Amino acid sequence: MSILTWLVIIPLLTITGILFVKDARQAKIVSAFGMGIQLIVSAVIVYSYVALRNAGVTDEMVMISSYEWFRSLNIYYTVGVDGISVAMIALTSVVVFAGIFASWEMDDLRKEFFISLILLATGVFGFFISLDLFTMFLFYELAVIPMYILIGIWGSGPKEYAAMKLTLMLMGGSALLMVGLFGIYFNSAPDGGELTFNIIEISKITIPIEAQRWFFPFTFVGFGVLGALFPLHTWSPDGHSSAPTAVSMLHAGVLMKLGGYGAFRVAMFLMPEAANEMAWIFIILTTISVVYGAFGAIVQKDLKYINAYSSVSHCGMVLFAVLMMNRTAMTGAVIQMISHGLMTALFFALIGMIYGRTHTRMINEMGGLMKVIPFLGVAYVIAGLASLGLPGLSGFVAEMNIFFGAFEHPDTFRRVATIIAVSSIVITAVYILRVIAILLLGSIRDHHFDLLDDAKWYEKLSIVSLLAGIIYIGMAPLHLSDIIRESVMPIVDKLL
Amino acid sequence: MADFGYTLWILILPLVTFVILGLFGMKIKGRMAGLTGTASLAVITALSYTAAISYFTGGGLADGVYQKIIPFNSVWLNLTDHLHIDMGILIDPISVMMLVVISTVSLMVHIYSLGYMKGEKGFERYYAFLSLFSFAMLGLVLATNIFQMYIFWELVGVSSYLLIGFYYDRPSAVAASKKAFIVTRFADMGFLVGILLLSFTTKTFDFVSLTALDGPAITSTGGALFLGMSLMTWSMLLIFIGGAGKSAMFPLHIWLPDAMEGPTPVSALIHAATMVVAGVYLVARLFPVYYFTAPEALHIIAWVGALSSLLAAIIATTQTDIKRVLAYSTISQIGYMIFSLGVSGYGDHDGLGFMASNWHLFNHAMFKALLFLGAGSVIHAVHSNYMTDMGSLRKYLPVTHITFLIACLTIAGLPPLSGFFSKDEILTAAFHHDKILFAIEYAVAGLTAFYMFRLYFSIFHGVDRHYHHTPHESPAVMTVPLIILAFGSVFAGFLPFSKLVTSDGVPFESHIEWSIAIPSILIGLAGITVAWVMYRKENALPDKIASTFRLSYRWAYNKFYFDEMYIFVTKKIIFKHISHPVAWFDRHIVDGTMDGIAWVTQSVSSMIKGFQSGQLQKYGYVFVTGAVALALLFIYIL
Repeated sequence: MSILTWLVIIPLLTITGILFVKDARQAKIVSAFGMGIQLIVSAVIVYSYVALRNAGVTDEMVMISSYEWFRSLNIYYTVGVDGISVAMIALTSVVVFAGIFASWEMDDLRKEFFISLILLATGVFGFFISLDLFTMFLFYELAVIPMYILIGIWGSGPKEYAAMKLTLMLMGGSALLMVGLFGIYFNSAPDGGELTFNIIEISKITIPIEAQRWFFPFTFVGFGVLGALFPLHTWSPDGHSSAPTAVSMLHAGVLMKLGGYGAFRVAMFLMPEAANEMAWIFIILTTISVVYGAFGAIVQKDLKYINAYSSVSHCGMVLFAVLMMNRTAMTGAVIQMISHGLMTALFFALIGMIYGRTHTRMINEMGGLMKVIPFLGVAYVIAGLASLGLPGLSGFVAEMNIFFGAFEHPDTFRRVATIIAVSSIVITAVYILRVIAILLLGSIRDHHFDLLDDAKWYEKLSIVSLLAGIIYIGMAPLHLSDIIRESVMPIVDKLL
Repeated sequence: MADFGYTLWILILPLVTFVILGLFGMKIKGRMAGLTGTASLAVITALSYTAAISYFTGGGLADGVYQKIIPFNSVWLNLTDHLHIDMGILIDPISVMMLVVISTVSLMVHIYSLGYMKGEKGFERYYAFLSLFSFAMLGLVLATNIFQMYIFWELVGVSSYLLIGFYYDRPSAVAASKKAFIVTRFADMGFLVGILLLSFTTKTFDFVSLTALDGPAITSTGGALFLGMSLMTWSMLLIFIGGAGKSAMFPLHIWLPDAMEGPTPVSALIHAATMVVAGVYLVARLFPVYYFTAPEALHIIAWVGALSSLLAAIIATTQTDIKRVLAYSTISQIGYMIFSLGVSGYGDHDGLGFMASNWHLFNHAMFKALLFLGAGSVIHAVHSNYMTDMGSLRKYLPVTHITFLIACLTIAGLPPLSGFFSKDEILTAAFHHDKILFAIEYAVAGLTAFYMFRLYFSIFHGVDRHYHHTPHESPAVMTVPLIILAFGSVFAGFLPFSKLVTSDGVPFESHIEWSIAIPSILIGLAGITVAWVMYRKENALPDKIASTFRLSYRWAYNKFYFDEMYIFVTKKIIFKHISHPVAWFDRHIVDGTMDGIAWVTQSVSSMIKGFQSGQLQKYGYVFVTGAVALALLFIYIL
């Protein structure tokens, strides 16, 4: 059995473990333990992946293993990874780990919360390792559905509305996606042979262009909904603001990445001709996302809304980069997914921690918090600086890859789109600094806040594990970027 | 050539100091943190001076030309197949000169702050930020490629942001720090787009190959024309926008006066001597590219510099906050430097403007840091920033008084102080280039002398204000840096600069052109005399003049309403007419559509849900009616 399968088994074992414990307190210890092991397994996978590459293995996917699952439709449980999926696995395990610790002391959580949360994580891990479209789709659904329960039960504010909206919109996306995936399946053997769901096999043949024209938009938009593609992003502000902390972290941190990942791994990789033909439409939409999300964030008053709009802008950047279809931009897209995953998880963790203390998320009702909760304050500032693309933190590396990759195209359309996207670095600075100024600086507005406690050990653990990733990628980006640069090549080659 | 491998420590040390003070600053005593920072900087200064001395005394020369030496370079990130970002160290005349400037002023500020910031809350944070700034600024000047420069450029921006907002419970400081960051960030966007354009024409970021006369930049044809200018010109112009933002050139200068909200030693270091001259350094660094491939851009640069120096000097004559007077004076002096690059030629004596610009940068760093630290000493003594609260302080603050006077005389350009030499070279270069620009700079020389002595007389002469506490001289830890910098201001003029820093690395002979120098001295003296008449003793003359030229005085006093224009653009246009509509559109149109779809689905389903009521009699009724209807249909119609 490939080590990759452990990524699915460990969460399932953790869930089983939770079923047998008495209360939420024990449940969270079991979850933390399970996800800690998961983190170690991910590290081992990263390490062995790098070792394999250093040993000269040039296969597109490594650590492959495959089990027949459903003979008559030729469905297999096939797993395997390349540099991109390895990076996403590492991201996911860090975010899940941090998420458990960020919700360590929430009072109203129950066993079922942790079960749903880890079920969601199982789906995400499974998605990233799958090489079979059907299995991939199954895991995708597994990740989306617990979200409804998590938000609907443990959320805040208009949680039923938000949960319903989020689930329905994502399900709408799934419906499109299903059409797209079956379209791919039924065209996977144009010369007669056996139909297949296997990504690698499909990538070796050319799906007839007429079919591509039909099914590319379905697949791309289907994934795009989860990647907050304008104008299908509106589930994000409501969903995030109602979700409990760990769910927001996981959702914005990794679940939204499923969209970007699927968009290039499935839609573009398997249907490159249609992708080339239709890229311009989506470039326009994603350019809008990038700027629109940033402008939308400027005037928001609720911390979670600010971050949700900011995510629209940053995830728009991912899809924007993917559509530029060259090595540099694709690398940028993957780094942006990881960078945004880490920093948005950090943001949501911090917002949850601040909310847990002040019981408000309205920035106007707070102020001067840096004085009373310096640890959280400094972490917020660093996350903000990463978000506005300060060199030395991860966002910068991603953005520079994206901008330079996008600008590589000599045509005016893409260059103009790039310059518009570049302008987001200024707008981002405006809303980030605005929040920092109102929330953390100045004098303390409400004297109830004078006696707040700073971060506890579990909160610090959660924050530091995310910060470490942000700083590491920002300071020494060469490791990560070289792994990814290598792995995007097969996809880019097909798109050329 | 000498080995410069040790210069790597110039970058490592401040970074390590920052990390130590940042992580453990809370745990150690404030004073200890200050001493750690200062000690680390003293080592950096020693290393910088060693590098400078060994470079200029033959270590950097080969065949009579100063070489560009790269003791360290390594790939930091691969971008495209041709482009990679390196981190490295480039040793050449201007970078070595900047090392000396930065380390000297930074060390003085570190020492001075031990006294000035004593007892402030967040002392260790202050020193951590100073170390971060020193790291970023040193990395900026040592950059081997334009992208490394951009990276450190952003880092100096953020350290400036952190230090301006040091007193973060003051709303004005918070607003000022935000403004500084956003305005320079806006300019940096120009810088970044400029780099994008430049790198795709030249396929390199590397300064050595960019500025090589047979390199890809200078031999390029300039690319396609766009709005009448070549692509190269556009890219160089955009890069200059980044420089103009950092160096507070009109119309991007608005952040600098507000940045005076930061602690005064910070203003001396960042907003007078080092960071704000980064724009000058940037243009100097890329000077051959500007000169050979983008002469139009260079022409624009000359005008931007000249207008900045003129407008800022006019505003400076009306301000009453002493730090703001100095801030406008800084803009004006940087305008001189930028202008001087704009009128410079390349090679040998033609490169006089280039040499003069760097020389002025060097001298200005000394005397302007001195002025700010002197002002800090005054503020420390009287607890006010306004000259209306000051007067006759020469009795109380003798050391500050003398050193401040020296700095004023230097900036006014009187021989044999350093300002005289560099300003004279700038005017000479201008004279050979363009007579209108030359005339503007002459006028600015007079204005400079006037506003500086207005400041000097108002602080140290005039009425005795009956201070609450008798002002007393600052402690030695603050006055010694003043004295050291005063020495620098006096003697920097005797450095053989044209033998050290030249546009093409070849030393040349420069001499004073007395036909230009003597009138400029006279103009300086005239300015001082007018200030003497108006401000030596309190009298009605200044008010009378202000009311005679009320309109122009009001314009100058309100800084030509630049701030109001910016507020109009940001508050009115961006917030009110873009962001609010976007947020509204998103909630009501985009999301409204989604909710609308949900609503339609729901209504339709509630309309048809009656069909499946579960009531047997209803089903029976529908079934029978349907059967009868069908039967009738078949029997009678078909």
